[in-house]
Amino acid sequence: MAILEVHNIEKHFGPTRVLEDISFDLEKGQALAIIGSSGSGKTTLLRCLNFLETPDQGRIVVGGETLYDADDPATQRESQVRKKRLHFGLVFQSFNLFPQYTALKNVTLAKELLSQERPDFKQNKKAILEEIQAEGRELLAKMGLSDRESHYPCQLSGGQQQRVAIARALALQPDILCFDEPTSALDPELTGEVLKVIRSLAEQKTTMIIVTHEMAFARDVADEVIFMDGGVIVEKGPARQVIEDPREERTRQFLSRYAQEQ
Amino acid sequence: MFQSIYDFFSNPQTQTVLSALNSGFLVTLQLFVITLAGALPLGLLISLGSMNRMRPFGWIARHLGIIPRRRVAVWICSFRPVSAICRLLVWIIRGTPLVLQIIALYYVPGIEKWFYWPSSNGRMIAVCLAFILNYACYFSEIYRGGIQGVPVGQQEAGQVLGMTKGQIFFKVTLLQMVKRIVPPMSNEIITLVKDTSLARVIALQEVIWMGESFMKGNSGISGLTWPLFFTAVYYLIFSGVATILLGRLEKKLNYFQ
Repeated sequence: MAILEVHNIEKHFGPTRVLEDISFDLEKGQALAIIGSSGSGKTTLLRCLNFLETPDQGRIVVGGETLYDADDPATQRESQVRKKRLHFGLVFQSFNLFPQYTALKNVTLAKELLSQERPDFKQNKKAILEEIQAEGRELLAKMGLSDRESHYPCQLSGGQQQRVAIARALALQPDILCFDEPTSALDPELTGEVLKVIRSLAEQKTTMIIVTHEMAFARDVADEVIFMDGGVIVEKGPARQVIEDPREERTRQFLSRYAQEQ
Repeated sequence: MFQSIYDFFSNPQTQTVLSALNSGFLVTLQLFVITLAGALPLGLLISLGSMNRMRPFGWIARHLGIIPRRRVAVWICSFRPVSAICRLLVWIIRGTPLVLQIIALYYVPGIEKWFYWPSSNGRMIAVCLAFILNYACYFSEIYRGGIQGVPVGQQEAGQVLGMTKGQIFFKVTLLQMVKRIVPPMSNEIITLVKDTSLARVIALQEVIWMGESFMKGNSGISGLTWPLFFTAVYYLIFSGVATILLGRLEKKLNYFQ
């Protein structure tokens, strides 16, 4: 069974229709890349999944549980949205690290705050916090940032900041990890280190949705690719097929335009 | 020369004047501290109020299933009363002179019944209320700028990490806001040091009032002008200390960008 099912999502900003009848499934352990030109609705779709935007129509189902249904107000309560967000992790284009905390604290903060809600927090406070710290260190080590854990974001390069942001999203063990153009704000020579990390996550079968402009990366890392244009899914299929041998004319045009610019 | 300075300060008349100025400055200091202690939190409340997005009429309409169509109805449904009240207050307080507000709080008939006005320090209470209200309104605008200056992405990052609104405010936004507001706040605080002298309009015996009193006659001394000008020394020292402390705070917050 698919871990994520998206049914007929629609989103308007005033009279502008940003997303139209978006439906897709994602299997556990798979990576899905979403490609398309700017303004095609990729980022809005990701924001809808993370409850940063509210879809006007449609349903979002994770692991069989309906997290959002536009026709069912009971699924839209503000109080529950917070818990529902934890199914998803989101890595932003511009990192959005908390500047006043060290790399390690950025990774552990949310988990520490969540652990306060555990019934045994008061008794085992020290052990719980130590465990979270150890997990945070381990995650940073995975990102190749062991020697940077006490640095503040302003002391890190863009690529390092983005890797901290990935560790921060992983710390809460989300079912699905979303990337919103993770390398678009980076200098070309720094994109490699971030892509390498995402690649290794894919090898460890992390369920991911990656909005990206790196076509070769999408082809190599993703299992499936969705091409979006004008708020609709134009083409969806196995990564290699969509990028190397697209069926739709619009996909072909987009990819050839893209190849010329490169 | 040192001899003449020594003679000046050991003169009994000088000693009388200085001890009077000291006691006046103590009142200035009290007013300053009380104003800050009251206005800093109150200003934050007013700024949160002016940014409050609650639309009760729109909420009621939505729950009754009414979709507003007329222009008036749309306006009523998008009306934000908490925000409107806070902004009205800020407009009135910032739009009128502080001197008037002090006089109003102390002299407007009947107002003393609203508060407990012990006769001995009624002046102090009136002045403190006026200063707290006035400065809270100025601070609220500084806070608002500081809060709105923190990128939306910070709040969104907190949201996707499952933090509550309160956690986002206290753990993510607050310190970044504080860093942003220290320079404009320092400006207001330095202004407050000197604005305290407005309190003499209702004869609160702060340092300027004391200085002036030796021109009119106080402790058998009259026609003396130097005490009034000497008060500047107090203000200079005090604002100097404030500048250094606030500068240190600014430096301390420089560890992040």
